[in-house]
Amino acid sequence: MADKSTGHLGAHLRENGMLLALVAIVALFTVAIAYDGKSFLIPPNISNIFLQNAHVIILALGMLLIIVAGHIDLSVGSVAAFTGAVAAYLTVTLKLPFYVVIPLTLVVGGLIGAAQGYWVAYWRIPSFIVTLAGMMVFRGATMWMLGGQNIGPFPDEFQALSSGFVPDLLGVGKPHGLTLLVVVLAIGAILWSGLRARARDAEFGIEPEPMAFFWGRNAIVAAGIAFVGWQLANFRGLPNVMVVLTVLTLLYFFFTENTTMGRRIYALGGNEKAAKLSGIRTDRLVFLTFVNMGVLAALAGMVVTARLNSATPKAGTGFELDAIASVFIGGASMTGGSGKIVGVVVGALIMGVMNMGMSILGIGNEYQFMIKGLVLLAAVIFDVVNKAR
Amino acid sequence: MPTLLEMRGITKTFPGVKALDNVNLTVEQGEIHAICGENGAGKSTLMKVLSGVYPHGSYEGEIVYDGGPLALRDIKESEAKGIIIIHQELALVPLLSIAENMFLGNEIAKNGVMNWPKAFKEAEGWLKKVGLTEPPSAVVGKLGVGKQQLIEIAKALAKDVRLLILDEPTAALQENDSAKLLDLMLELKAQGVTQIIISHKLNEIARVADRVTVIRDGTSISTMDKHEITEDRIIRDMVGRDMANRYPERKPNPGDVLLEVENWSCWHPEQVGRQMIKGVSLKVRKGEIVGIAGLMGTGRTELAMSVFGRSYGKNHSGTVKMHGRVVDVSTVTKAIDAGLAYVTEDRKGLGLVLEEPIVRNVTLANLFGVSKGGWLDKHRETQVADGYRKQMAIRTPGVQQKVVNLSGGNQQKVVLSKWLFTDPEVLILDEPTRGIDVGAKFEIYSIMKDLAEQGRSILMISSEMPELLGMCDRIYVMNEGRIVGEVSGAEASQEKIMGMILKEGRAA
Repeated sequence: MADKSTGHLGAHLRENGMLLALVAIVALFTVAIAYDGKSFLIPPNISNIFLQNAHVIILALGMLLIIVAGHIDLSVGSVAAFTGAVAAYLTVTLKLPFYVVIPLTLVVGGLIGAAQGYWVAYWRIPSFIVTLAGMMVFRGATMWMLGGQNIGPFPDEFQALSSGFVPDLLGVGKPHGLTLLVVVLAIGAILWSGLRARARDAEFGIEPEPMAFFWGRNAIVAAGIAFVGWQLANFRGLPNVMVVLTVLTLLYFFFTENTTMGRRIYALGGNEKAAKLSGIRTDRLVFLTFVNMGVLAALAGMVVTARLNSATPKAGTGFELDAIASVFIGGASMTGGSGKIVGVVVGALIMGVMNMGMSILGIGNEYQFMIKGLVLLAAVIFDVVNKAR
Repeated sequence: MPTLLEMRGITKTFPGVKALDNVNLTVEQGEIHAICGENGAGKSTLMKVLSGVYPHGSYEGEIVYDGGPLALRDIKESEAKGIIIIHQELALVPLLSIAENMFLGNEIAKNGVMNWPKAFKEAEGWLKKVGLTEPPSAVVGKLGVGKQQLIEIAKALAKDVRLLILDEPTAALQENDSAKLLDLMLELKAQGVTQIIISHKLNEIARVADRVTVIRDGTSISTMDKHEITEDRIIRDMVGRDMANRYPERKPNPGDVLLEVENWSCWHPEQVGRQMIKGVSLKVRKGEIVGIAGLMGTGRTELAMSVFGRSYGKNHSGTVKMHGRVVDVSTVTKAIDAGLAYVTEDRKGLGLVLEEPIVRNVTLANLFGVSKGGWLDKHRETQVADGYRKQMAIRTPGVQQKVVNLSGGNQQKVVLSKWLFTDPEVLILDEPTRGIDVGAKFEIYSIMKDLAEQGRSILMISSEMPELLGMCDRIYVMNEGRIVGEVSGAEASQEKIMGMILKEGRAA
């Protein structure tokens, strides 16, 4: 008997649907804000979407791995606040230079991740509980560390982590030459790698996605990158943070798609017992995803601290929810085993665009929360319905 | 006898697939009617139409039940009419008591408040009827599968059943529990309960069924009366051709001793002081197919899994040798490196990542084989998987297909591919044909034969005695964690093996 064929088209729709949703939301806000007599897609706003949401994207990258592995981490907001406080202490109180502070803080984050991951992985304490405890413990630790006060300001070198821009090495000035070069190279690289993968797929008899999807998606992506790049080039160029985000996104993209370890995390989340019986050390893998999450939380903590130019006891509140929401809007499954880096970044950008758009429109905080909650629910419902068909 | 049920020209279409195509089924009042067919032939779909899972209007054709047309909207309506289906996967809540389970959704209550004394009393009555002596307050999860199956039947009786549908009721049962269940079916028949049984086990059908309907590729092929029923005829109608030989012809040519397990013991992982494997020793030669017979729960799976990287139990002792040298099998990775592979009995739970495509399942146990320095070569991976797809004749449009969409036989071939890609010298196959239809079974046997001819050794655990007799060069008999006997394939017979098990049971 021939076996049922899965909805191949459905899978493509889901992946591309995310991107279309982002475009639609941007378009919606552009129109709504124009109607209000203001403009949305102006260079400072575009720059700010990345600056203000850098921490969400950074956290969501790590959170994806955690969720794919079948776990959850509720502590990342508190850990980000605590590591921000640690960075502040090292920089402001101990007067250490940034090139010592940054690695040291990342190590602290990694140790926190290891401490939580140890219980989850080797003692099989539910991650929800371990990280719920961590959420409280590190919130308290942040307050203790800061003594209830803000610590700041930071030297310029540290602030550059979040508010700096890459200097124009080409010396064009305005528009920012280096930015334009990077944009051209990025679009070229995306098209080249996409076409190469298609060619190899064809060679190996893998059914490629429909041509229309391929070009449609790449046209949107290229246009998006070109537009954002042009606007940034006419403003102050590439923000440092965007470089960090791009490098991290690429790194995690290749990690999840092309490495044996990435593959094993998906297998672990899909069926832990089967993975174990296939010779995969599942406990160590879970442990490492938590260590990774801790390091990324520390990075996010420093980015936020640098942007606010002070470490505060309330920093990072609700970050975990933004990160988790981004992962689920990006199409990951609650039960583990599925989810993609690109989806997560698009998910985080959807949240970021909505945050900014609604703020410009002057929509009150109370409505913002309700709307974001409903968008999260709608995205997941779309997913479930799509799968059930 | 009057007719209780008549299904005429039932056709059910799913997007792209015609699952049922003009199926006819007539069930007489008070008979036991068996339905046979390969996996995927449409038996379950037909029962879902009958029990209202697929509501009236979602299929074509008509159903006449008890003299009137039947147009069900959901399961609740079918149960109200006395049509009750007991699924293969039991639908009991393990942490609740027997009585709580029995009246779940059918509670004995007034204004939503349970009348427990009455419920317990009634439960006791139904339990007696199915031959159980457990108190109604016993927690279901602590009982064996056989008893749980009986509780399901008691639950159906409590709902005033008129047509009882049993979907592979003995699939997970041991021989004596199966016998008990079949006896109960005959008893219920004597009391006038009409029954439909779906089963792969032809000997059981021959024993209890009054008539048999065979379904193939979504169409009803034939209906036989009691005197016409023979295993050969059922098989012929099921697969659409004569199965002259159910096992491939083999010319065994065993070489030197390859695998030796000596004095192997291990204890239950949770229950303190319960020894599961008690000093087992066995040998497997190169190119040999060796069977392990025994009732369910006698420690065969536990033996295999504990040897394979200590995946079961604790406090392991004993040695494992390959080619006469002691090897370290303390982790799964080391066991794989030593040349072992274990194909689990629980394909979906322990063998496959169901939501992932074939290709990712095939390479999972040997990602090093398709990567360099931790970097995957996805095209090489696809090539590997596609090679196995052709070699094993996995019927699927392509290796990117999710395994959850494959039939049992094809899923098993994916698991076998996964383990062959680790290039093992010894394959431990645990119930390799469980839940697989007759045609696919023969394919699995043929693969086993080829592997043995290539010089690989196979240790096969099976509860189906005919397949052990048909395939094995030698058979060990296990009982209560011990090897209690050994027979050569030529000398083995069902009576001899059962005798070994029973004799041991009496001595203990």
